[in-house]
Amino acid sequence: MSQTKVLQSLHKRQSPLAQTERQLKILEDGIFANGDAPKFGHKIQQSLGGPLKTVNLDILQVNLGYMCNQVCAHCHVDAGPDRKEIMTKETMEHCLKVMESSAVKTLDLTGGAPEMNPNFRWFVTQAKARGVNEIIVRSNLTIIVANKKYHDLPEFFAQQQVHVVSSMPHWTKEKTDRQRGSGVFEDSIKALKMLNDVGYGMPGSSLTLDLVYNPSGAFLPGDQEALCQDFKERLDQSFGIKFNGLFALTNLPISRFLDYLIASDNYEDYMWALVESFNPAAAQAVMCLNTLSVSWEGYLFDCDFNQMLQMPINDSRQHIAQYQDDLMQGRLIKISQHCYGCTAGAGSSCQGAVT
Amino acid sequence: MSYYDPKDLRKFGRITEWSESLGEKFFDYYNSVFKDGALTPREKSLIALAVAHTEMCPYCIDAYTKDGLERGITKEEMMEAVHVGAAIKSGATLVHGVMMMNKVNKLDS
Ligand code: SF4
Ligand code: SF4
Repeated sequence: MSQTKVLQSLHKRQSPLAQTERQLKILEDGIFANGDAPKFGHKIQQSLGGPLKTVNLDILQVNLGYMCNQVCAHCHVDAGPDRKEIMTKETMEHCLKVMESSAVKTLDLTGGAPEMNPNFRWFVTQAKARGVNEIIVRSNLTIIVANKKYHDLPEFFAQQQVHVVSSMPHWTKEKTDRQRGSGVFEDSIKALKMLNDVGYGMPGSSLTLDLVYNPSGAFLPGDQEALCQDFKERLDQSFGIKFNGLFALTNLPISRFLDYLIASDNYEDYMWALVESFNPAAAQAVMCLNTLSVSWEGYLFDCDFNQMLQMPINDSRQHIAQYQDDLMQGRLIKISQHCYGCTAGAGSSCQGAVT
Repeated sequence: MSYYDPKDLRKFGRITEWSESLGEKFFDYYNSVFKDGALTPREKSLIALAVAHTEMCPYCIDAYTKDGLERGITKEEMMEAVHVGAAIKSGATLVHGVMMMNKVNKLDS
């Protein structure tokens, strides 16, 4: 696969794709506009007998900001060091209130690199004190070794019993570095060792370390179990690294991955692959049914992808400060053709396959 | 019109339309072959890729290259599989040289 090296976000490059309207237009055009392929809404109607609607709130996924120490080629957030958007403490307090008042079970922290938010540790500690069952931190690993002030993150995670979920596109250096930047593989290995050292992913330990695998190019993820086995064997044999599970995620055709698909002339084939692997069982379990995504400014979205496409929830109460439980009961979910990424094959959510 | 159109791969399933029961039997068989068995699906994918090359089938090369990537198979593994196919192909050609030698020996010695 040939690939242009991405060193800056689409925003910084002032790429036309930095405009979400442009992305949505591309998604609605082409094979969907000329009627060759059925639209996602039509497929859902056909297989579920009605539109997608929320069921309840299990997972509050909070995006702490788009700032990141990496600039991965396929980042759906368009994150990078040049992005300065960061959640304020005040907005975090609104999130904490929702954790108190609602039945939310899991707080899922993402970014960018969520650890770069200056109030990250405060927020985790406060959420823990609110008794939320599980706190997930989506860590890019390299942040742990990026700067001295982050070296003790593994200890902090362990203390707070945080569930660490980390990206690892492949067990080879070449593939990982091509997608995530040069040197990322070695730094990730170092960070994984540091996590293992405090007990993460180790047999008999209660500290959970899961890896996220997403394909390094224009193809879908294979069987999650088989990939997990392969990663376990290879990372253990070569580096003595242990982890618990592996989530196989499908890349959704938005943001920098959309840019890559178009630039590499893979867009149409990729959309066809998604459409043709539509799985009705996965459609019944898409994550937006029980997840609410909060942006760095506190706005509410059906999922992180809709957040990046700036498609806020279908309600007049669009800010976390206005949250009420009925928002998660039967609210219509906003969809476009990127949603096919969640229903392809075994399905894809932030917790991996859904079937 | 060219003889091979990449888009035709997506229409492969349609062969069933003109002979339903045979088509279905084929796809049943095909799908069973690639299930986990004495060999893993990963091993089978590499065999399929090697055969795709020896058969020089563009559709199969397209399909099993993608299948390999999906399974996390590396490009080095894929190329070695292709070499296995190529070695057997050239070996098969060369071993027929013995036939030629036999014939020469019979006719001209
Ligand atoms: S580490 Fe994650 S958030 Fe940061 S650039 Fe890579 S994919 Fe995006
Ligand atoms: S992209 Fe978001 S809204 Fe669409 S199906 Fe997936 S989780 Fe739901």
